[in-house]
Amino acid sequence: MNLLNLISDIQAADPEFADRVSPRRSAIKNITSFGSKVAVAALPFAFSTLFKKAYGQSANPSVNDVLNFALTAELTEACFYNTAVARAGEIGIPSGDLDAIKLIQADENNHVNFIKSVLTDANVSAANKARSTNAITTGTVSASFDFSGAKGAGNGPFATVFSSYPIFLATAQAFEDTGVRAYKGQAGFLKGNQVVLTAALNIHSVEARHAAYLRRLRTLRASSSVTADFRPWITGDGTTASAITVSSAATAATNPIYANDNQTSQAGVNLTSFGSAKAASEAFDEPLTSADVVNNILVNFLR
Amino acid sequence: MKTTTQDEVLAGKGMHRRSFLKFAGAGAVAAGVLATAACHDPYVTANDPTSVDLGTGDIAVLNYAYALEQLEAAFYVQVLSSPYSGITTEERNLLTDIRDHEVIHREFFKAALAGNAIPGLTPNFSKINFADRASVLGAAKTFEDLGVAAYNGVGYMIQTTDYLVLAGKIVSVEARHAALIRNLLGQNLADSTILDMSTGLEKSQTPKQVLAQANQFISGLPLASPALGA
Repeated sequence: MNLLNLISDIQAADPEFADRVSPRRSAIKNITSFGSKVAVAALPFAFSTLFKKAYGQSANPSVNDVLNFALTAELTEACFYNTAVARAGEIGIPSGDLDAIKLIQADENNHVNFIKSVLTDANVSAANKARSTNAITTGTVSASFDFSGAKGAGNGPFATVFSSYPIFLATAQAFEDTGVRAYKGQAGFLKGNQVVLTAALNIHSVEARHAAYLRRLRTLRASSSVTADFRPWITGDGTTASAITVSSAATAATNPIYANDNQTSQAGVNLTSFGSAKAASEAFDEPLTSADVVNNILVNFLR
Repeated sequence: MKTTTQDEVLAGKGMHRRSFLKFAGAGAVAAGVLATAACHDPYVTANDPTSVDLGTGDIAVLNYAYALEQLEAAFYVQVLSSPYSGITTEERNLLTDIRDHEVIHREFFKAALAGNAIPGLTPNFSKINFADRASVLGAAKTFEDLGVAAYNGVGYMIQTTDYLVLAGKIVSVEARHAALIRNLLGQNLADSTILDMSTGLEKSQTPKQVLAQANQFISGLPLASPALGA
């Protein structure tokens, strides 16, 4: 669209243009509102230079920091599902479940491409880890990840992740529940940014759908390793039925995924006045900081 | 429960604002109406007796969420009070969980908004056949998807970081509900009605789009939110 080119041309000539014509938030808001004929998905590409100008140096962490963090997490997930789908027979994924797994795979790869494009347009390098895993391999476990959860040793609590369907589902749940909490922890840093925040929210809810659906598949395959009252939502703090209960080692390794998710009051309102503590904890998913996600959870799956 | 109609009568066509405030202050019953009216700048906008105004700023966003949670909670309360034929124990347990979540969401917003809350709404679920599983679960899917799209679409308007995080804490639970309902219906976790298949991003909706749908399930005056563009 010529109009969009015009804006970037003006910016190239006059870097202060956006800030001078309008305050930061309203600049984003106003420009996107008249771009309604442009697909929403295309907006971040068109306006990424504007983001960089308007937000790249003003928040802590910056929007680009948030995007890099998200890219790292999405790359991990995409590589995981690419490997899983390539090894579907080995894992024993039932044909009835394969459509859902493949949709999740497609979503995660799309998320990777989406975030990468935003970062590329902003001329910002991806985080080191993301860059090193730039080429997502299919059919083999990427050299950058250890999906057994052993930091590269290959013998972690999820060692049979690509040969056992229950273990695969448990690992997938670990990634999705982490993803939901990770995105939620970043929302505040994107406040007021219509395009980037909305995109992040629109990924966040998809991760929640993935998590719930995988939990449902686990329930339907329930065995002695999965308790019968396992639900699509997170109950309590990871010591309950919502935990990764395939083994004590797996539970220990993944407890940080559910740390402090058992809150029963929100914004000073005691929710147990309105329902059980169980329901109160389930009704609100809690955020995790990027440091918690990387240092306590993702680190187990990175070489 | 008091009805929307009663509240709107109290809000009063032609009642002078000053006397209205005096009246409203006399009783807690009209607290919600007080907020609705007080959010207006009296010099710019007169009381609109044809709709329930959600207010302005973050109050409008919170009331928007409160209205949707009211509908969801009322829906699941009715589902569990007259379960569809053939409901299994597992389905009853799952839907009971969801009902409890929605009631907590509703009561949370009511408590958080306090005097700024809109009145209790009177739902109109006449389009839903509560005796029929497909009708009930189809409606559940509609409500959950609408809730997710609504929260996602309004997030950027929230000024207060704590409120944004709170909305984020709730929307993922709504998305979990939606995924479960799809599974109960024998469907995949998402489709092109709610997901952009080329980007993997959920399709958010504007308050204008959401309220047009939500108002179909409300008796009495429709919800309106000029401050949110609807």
